[in-house]
Amino acid sequence: MKLKSRSEYYDILIKGLWTQNPVAYQVLGICSALAVTVKMSTAIVMALALTVVTACSSMIISSMRKIIPSNIRIIVELAIISTLVIVTDQVLKAYFYDISKQLSIFVGLIITNCIVLGRAEAFALANDPIDSFVDGIANGLGYGLILVLVAFIRELLGSGTFLGFQVVPQFAYDLGFQNMGLMVLAPGAFFVIGLLVWLKNSLPGISSQKK
Amino acid sequence: MGDLFSLFINSVFIGNILLAYFLGMCSFIAVSKNVDTAAGLGFAVIFVLSVTSPVNWVIYHGLLAPGALSWLGYPGLDLSFLKFITFIAVIAAITQAVEMVIDRYSPGLYATLGVFLPLIAVNCAILGTSLFMVERNYTFIESIVFGAGSGTGWMLAIVTMAAIRKKARYSDVPEGLQGFGFTMIIAGLMAMTFMMFSGITL
Repeated sequence: MKLKSRSEYYDILIKGLWTQNPVAYQVLGICSALAVTVKMSTAIVMALALTVVTACSSMIISSMRKIIPSNIRIIVELAIISTLVIVTDQVLKAYFYDISKQLSIFVGLIITNCIVLGRAEAFALANDPIDSFVDGIANGLGYGLILVLVAFIRELLGSGTFLGFQVVPQFAYDLGFQNMGLMVLAPGAFFVIGLLVWLKNSLPGISSQKK
Repeated sequence: MGDLFSLFINSVFIGNILLAYFLGMCSFIAVSKNVDTAAGLGFAVIFVLSVTSPVNWVIYHGLLAPGALSWLGYPGLDLSFLKFITFIAVIAAITQAVEMVIDRYSPGLYATLGVFLPLIAVNCAILGTSLFMVERNYTFIESIVFGAGSGTGWMLAIVTMAAIRKKARYSDVPEGLQGFGFTMIIAGLMAMTFMMFSGITL
């Protein structure tokens, strides 16, 4: 297998990160995208966990693609993905215990995250392992980008903090500024992601979804 | 009895699996264009959830929980880290079995639900309910009630959404917000209304 030129990997990366962003463009993986975005720290850890799982599972599935019988491929893919998720979960529990407690069941839900299975089906089964690895990283980071953006807005408006540090100064509160309680609750996540998609579709250079 | 009822109401309205925990969003967005298909998928989810949740309870507490295998002479064994792979395998197997049973005994129901059953295997709401059930230490009976309640809540949300989207078809939505963005805003408004229920104490 020979390596591709740098620009081809760049193309794959840009597709996953921006032009075909899995959350905003392909509408995949929002299941868990919203629940972990109350704070930046959980969002970042979740994004990293998902990137690792997507990249590794794409690579493994792609290197096995010629020997997996096509009628049982979903179950094989799920087995590979859940094994990787178990490993990730154990690593998080060992090294980031507090954050893994906050993420609670959502690390386990990476298994059913449509991005992982979607990339395995749509890309890894037809491309070689290194391409699939890059594609997995790109889509994981594309997901992470949206996740961190949503978390940034929700944490800033909802608690006035950034990664746990107070950024809204005290005099603003003295002048009557209040944290937006709505942002910490579930509806805030829906509004923020809806508005972000609107913003993304209005930016030039991106073909918006066909109606 | 009263506890079970309040658990049911709680999982349908206050802790709605979709609007409060964001589980099952993918199919929620994709299938909420038509009220009939939304209702069909909703029934399939209720059914699968009420079966998988207790089955996973039995498997978890009988085989995987810390100390569950002490009758085999392994009192210190803790297999709970295997719960992800076990649960997803159980869910996939049960959806497959349900599909075959329905196909054999009720072709009419199969025609309505059949296409959705494979989709359900990878619906986060199903796996999420099983994981919540473990995390919150429900008893066996509670796991059945919680499964049925979560399914009902999910169905309520997706059918309402489909009805709203049908009504909103002729509304003048700004370009760029149409489609996914608009659906998310509606979901946000729905989540707000469902939060009103949290004032209820039973």
